Amino acid sequence: MDRGRLNSSDIIVAVIRKIARSLSGETVKIMDFCGTHEHTIVYSGIRSLMPENVELVAGPGCPVCVTPAHYIDTVIDLALNGVRVYTYGDTYLLPGSAPPLSKKPRTLADAKAEGADVVIVYSLLEAIKHHRLHGGESVFLAVGFETTAPSTASAVVNGMVPDGMTILNVHRLTPPIMRYTFNKHRNSPIRGVIAPGHVSTILGAKAWEFIPKEYGIPTVVAGFEPNDVLTAIAYILAMLKTGRPGLVNQYKRAVKWEGNKKAQELVNKCCEIVDASWRGLGIVPESGLAFRDKYSSIDAVYQYGLEQLKRKEWKYDLPPGCRCAEVTLGLAKPTDCPLFMKTCKPGSPYGPCMVSSEGACSVWARFGGGGLVEEIVRDLGLD
Amino acid sequence: MCLGIPGRVVEVRGDGIAIVEFSDGVSIETDANTIEGIRPGDYVIVHAGIIIAKLSDEQLETWAKDISEFIAGLEEKGEEILDMLRSLEEENVAGKSGKD
Repeated sequence: MDRGRLNSSDIIVAVIRKIARSLSGETVKIMDFCGTHEHTIVYSGIRSLMPENVELVAGPGCPVCVTPAHYIDTVIDLALNGVRVYTYGDTYLLPGSAPPLSKKPRTLADAKAEGADVVIVYSLLEAIKHHRLHGGESVFLAVGFETTAPSTASAVVNGMVPDGMTILNVHRLTPPIMRYTFNKHRNSPIRGVIAPGHVSTILGAKAWEFIPKEYGIPTVVAGFEPNDVLTAIAYILAMLKTGRPGLVNQYKRAVKWEGNKKAQELVNKCCEIVDASWRGLGIVPESGLAFRDKYSSIDAVYQYGLEQLKRKEWKYDLPPGCRCAEVTLGLAKPTDCPLFMKTCKPGSPYGPCMVSSEGACSVWARFGGGGLVEEIVRDLGLD
Repeated sequence: MCLGIPGRVVEVRGDGIAIVEFSDGVSIETDANTIEGIRPGDYVIVHAGIIIAKLSDEQLETWAKDISEFIAGLEEKGEEILDMLRSLEEENVAGKSGKD
């Protein structure tokens, strides 16, 4: 080791190792709740830098992965019946409930191949511009967590949605799924949370106060540079060491304590909180958004008489053999799934976590073994 | 889709739209209805076509100051920190664990 190699990451890692060594008891399980954090962890090889008693686990941080098959089937049906469908690129390849190789289109991409009008957009704004230019009848598939919901709400509340266009609202909320996830880990509890940075720009750091208060878990709102994530881990370990679980906002350059109040107001004006379905998991109480009645003219559910999934009607919606539900909850690693990089690859995803660039399986597939040097060495037969 | 990208506001239009330029030179129209008093020159984070946050000038300045102080501190305490890292590395070798 020479002086030229010394950088800030070395120091943070040294601090992490020092604190970790002094911690007694079982392995410290730290969960991230954002696909971009998981991307940073894997892409930068952060897992390999962790001491043996610190385990980084990916939690439900990818809205595409949890969008129920039912809504994909719904937009495929609409597309095949002459309605133009606008979709984010992430959901274009997301499978519905049709099995692979069936005659029925499985994805919006399959529907487009059959002649349906499916347009990929970066934003709702782009979809609105396209619809104004081309007219006709269209539906926008609005997926995403609290970070994406304000773009839908702003367009709806500010009257930007043109005639002939409706929105299928499949927005989901992160605090309820965190509670759900904590309960699923009761036997081997999560001991640290890296809270989602960009969701926090909207909700504010205050949204996570309940985690240390109610669950006693140290929580850090973190940015997305490797050093942001490393610093967050150091903070979590320090809080565990001192036995004082708290909430730290490490991403102050973008996240305020109160969040973006204007965005919160827009979402509250536009939507109400409802029980909602999550792919592979079922109905989670008060975990989704639905348009308020006054906006029924742009609500695809109302306009097309679509079914919202209810608890009794919900059916397990992952393809046979797929372990995405466990991967989403951090109960299994992508490499634990027998289909990973065999039947299921980024170019031909079988399960939903392999579709979006933020899905844990896709991240692990593209950047290798979750960034675990030992796994890569084993895969290559070098051990 | 779910990716927050930092950029700089180059133009604010009256209809709630702001033009934001990113580091690779790409400019896009964004929905600026979620931020009060957005001005050209502001640094913002764009997510799925909407500005979700304005980066706080004060925080950016503090951040830049922290980094320069941190680097200055490294210069002063470099040897001490290197000793700490060396001792950790030696322990690893002694333990043959390859990990701490």
